[in-house]
Amino acid sequence: MKIKTFVFLLVALLVVTSFVIVSFGKKNVTGYVIGGSEGRIEIKGSDTLLQLVSNLAEAYSNNNPSAKISVTGGGSGTGIAALINGEVDVADASRKIKDEEIKQAQERGSNPWEFIIARDMLSVIVHGDNGVDELTIEQLSRIYKGEITNWKDVGGDDKEITLYGRQSTSGTYVFFMEHVVKDDYSSKMRNMEGNQAILDAVKQDKTGIGYVGIGYLVDENGNKVSGINVVKVSDGGNYISPLDKGKISEYPLSRPLFQYLTKRPNKGFAIYDFLIFELSSEGQNIVEKAGFVEITSVDREHNEEMFRKL
Amino acid sequence: MAETKEEKKQRIYFLIFKFSTLFSVLILAFVLLYVFLNGFGVISFKFLTSMWSHQNITEGGIFPAILGTLLLGIGVSIVSIPVGIATAIYLNEYSKNNFFTRMIKLSIRNLAGVPSIVYGLFGLAFFVSFLKFGTSLLAASLTLGCMTLPWVITASEESLKAVPNSFKEASLALGATKWQTIEKVVIPNSLSGMLTGSILGVSRAMGETAPIIMVGATFFISYMPTSIFDKFMALPYHLFILATQHSSPFAREYALGTALVLIVLIFGLNFGMFIIRYRIRKKKDW
Amino acid sequence: MIKENFKEKSIELSLRAISLSALLILIGIFFFLFVTGIKAFSEISFSDFFLGTDWNPISYNEPKWGILSLMVGTLMVTFGALMIAIPLGIMAAVYLSEIASPRIRELVKPTIEMIAGIPSVVLGLIGLLFLSPLIANIFGLSSGLNALTSSLIVGIMVLPTIISVSEDVLTSLPKEFREASLALGATKWQTIKMTLIPAALSGIVASVMLGLGRAVGETMAVLMVAGNSRAFPVSFFEPVRPMTSNIAIEIKEVVQGSLHYQALFAIGLVLFMMTFVVNFISDIIINKQTKKYRW
Repeated sequence: MKIKTFVFLLVALLVVTSFVIVSFGKKNVTGYVIGGSEGRIEIKGSDTLLQLVSNLAEAYSNNNPSAKISVTGGGSGTGIAALINGEVDVADASRKIKDEEIKQAQERGSNPWEFIIARDMLSVIVHGDNGVDELTIEQLSRIYKGEITNWKDVGGDDKEITLYGRQSTSGTYVFFMEHVVKDDYSSKMRNMEGNQAILDAVKQDKTGIGYVGIGYLVDENGNKVSGINVVKVSDGGNYISPLDKGKISEYPLSRPLFQYLTKRPNKGFAIYDFLIFELSSEGQNIVEKAGFVEITSVDREHNEEMFRKL
Repeated sequence: MAETKEEKKQRIYFLIFKFSTLFSVLILAFVLLYVFLNGFGVISFKFLTSMWSHQNITEGGIFPAILGTLLLGIGVSIVSIPVGIATAIYLNEYSKNNFFTRMIKLSIRNLAGVPSIVYGLFGLAFFVSFLKFGTSLLAASLTLGCMTLPWVITASEESLKAVPNSFKEASLALGATKWQTIEKVVIPNSLSGMLTGSILGVSRAMGETAPIIMVGATFFISYMPTSIFDKFMALPYHLFILATQHSSPFAREYALGTALVLIVLIFGLNFGMFIIRYRIRKKKDW
Repeated sequence: MIKENFKEKSIELSLRAISLSALLILIGIFFFLFVTGIKAFSEISFSDFFLGTDWNPISYNEPKWGILSLMVGTLMVTFGALMIAIPLGIMAAVYLSEIASPRIRELVKPTIEMIAGIPSVVLGLIGLLFLSPLIANIFGLSSGLNALTSSLIVGIMVLPTIISVSEDVLTSLPKEFREASLALGATKWQTIKMTLIPAALSGIVASVMLGLGRAVGETMAVLMVAGNSRAFPVSFFEPVRPMTSNIAIEIKEVVQGSLHYQALFAIGLVLFMMTFVVNFISDIIINKQTKKYRW
């Protein structure tokens, strides 16, 4: 009798629990909740932004313990797809959302609101022993297309170039492809999992070249990480280094980092407060500390316009 | 008597074979040692019990990931153990060798061979999208539960088979019905084996990464999961991100520390089950 | 009496119904994979998919959906892994079953099974941090993230399967085989070589097939060390992009229902069919083996 009743009770418990959960729990499923009520915010997307936004989320929740923020990576494409699928409240993206993606989102009931929360000086890196420290956009394009395959063709040693890049889920991948390569990447490019993976690979590979968000190149004190050299990039004019704080506006590969909100962020909702926090001086301080660049006045105007629409 | 050529050949071959076995064992030892030696430095009470701190990872801990993995283990157990044991009982005690039974057995063997990523796809299409559970602890438990089911069934079947037929025959001879025999004779004598074997299967699920990325795991949450519809942190995914995507100079060490915790958890479970089974086996006198 | 019967019958029926779950899950997996994946072929032709060597869904120009490079990647890693695991595994299995003392076998067998318990991320981590720089150093490569490193790691993961199953098969051979052979004057090794291994051969082949299935399906460890470039691999020193890693990498990005999503499910379907066929064959082989030696 003992075993039988035990098993019976267990099964009954399971059935009842599942019933209860399925009928009541549904309310908590993300995507059905607008703009994070109960202080819950789901953020997903850009790997470039992952640490920055996690830092921001952490700082915010320290001051607002009732906030429940979840941040995960996967790439800008992942975040935007999740946004379209209605799974998250915010998509981090290091590239601009495409028109078809906006359309897809609208077809499924959400309307992405675009905010710029930081700036990235997308950097090109090579191994610390590599003498090549200046490249034009044109040269970078031909290198990544696979047309230039040897370092000697750009002033370096006679060694074959090893290309490192991101996965196609990455906004950085798309940004670099559209603004630098302007064609398909060479199929020999190694698709790495994230910024850090590229950094580590180039550190170990004397013939490597890669592109990473600037936040990954500096530590908390603003010093460049060892083992790699940052290439100065020219778009026809001077060669500018992304680390040169004085020449931020001239750097050819400066790009805005976006957050797309799935629906109108209503005041009083946690998601609105979090956004305000990110754009505040405290938030932008965290941006700088993470190695990125705070938003420019042009970016601020863009955000203001969005806020005016609310 | 001097060694014949045949005997010499044998000696050499056997030596090679011995070395391959030794080598295989050494692989395990190496892996464990590497993780232990490199990850140990990071382990501390704080590391194990605090929340994850993103800005300075040396300040925080992996407690949410540990919790997430444990919750997942519980979820997978709930999903797969009752169903698995029931199936094993049916197959071992009731089924005849007909088409239906052969189909079930074939399915079980095939399920065991399906790649974990395919389970992830299935979980994504069925639990996350079709049933609209979203990426959550629930979807992850169900998905990994399906994956663990064949293991639970196999382990339970072995346990059931070990119950001597004489026990069952004696019970039936005394007038008990089939179910009464199962309930009072077979199950009590095999339950510990079934449970320990099943938990071994669950421990394997706790080490999986690919499926959970697709159905529920997340890298950073500022809160502890309170409902089965929440996302959760998990040790294998956390470890993966630390190894490939985190920029702190300490990330590597922390990845190894996380790996150490994960291995201790899984092997600890394995070892524990092994001991329990040994103890119980000793008590039995058949 | 009737009540008893009713209870008995209903219990049997419920257990029967529950045991259907295994079959239902298998069918469910196939169903969802098929239904989602087949839609991809409304826009991608079969020849483009199976014979195209370029998989480039996020392309500047036209997206390409050829999985040939991916399949070759999978096959290379699987082949390499088996090249390592088969000789090591069979030799260890023979040692454990025929040569080692029972005490050593009791100790070593569970130890080797523990290798199977190591999560694949952990092995991937070790591959990333330790093995791939080592390989790069040994072979003078610029990077150790390639098919060779992947094969080594996957080989380690497959080894316990081959050892375990082969050892089981060898041990289950009737002892009369050994006794008769030795009685005829053969040495132990001759016995093993000429009698036992041929007798156990189909079981050993089955173990290899199981290992093959595992190697084909391995995802995380490979993802971390394979290099993941799209180019068609021409040597083991080049990076590869097996089907499993490709799905794992890209599935997070896709919009559900989009062509990319469907195409990834199509790849999943291919994987499923591959492992299904491998399992099926090894089932038949194991059946033959047990039938041959039922005594």
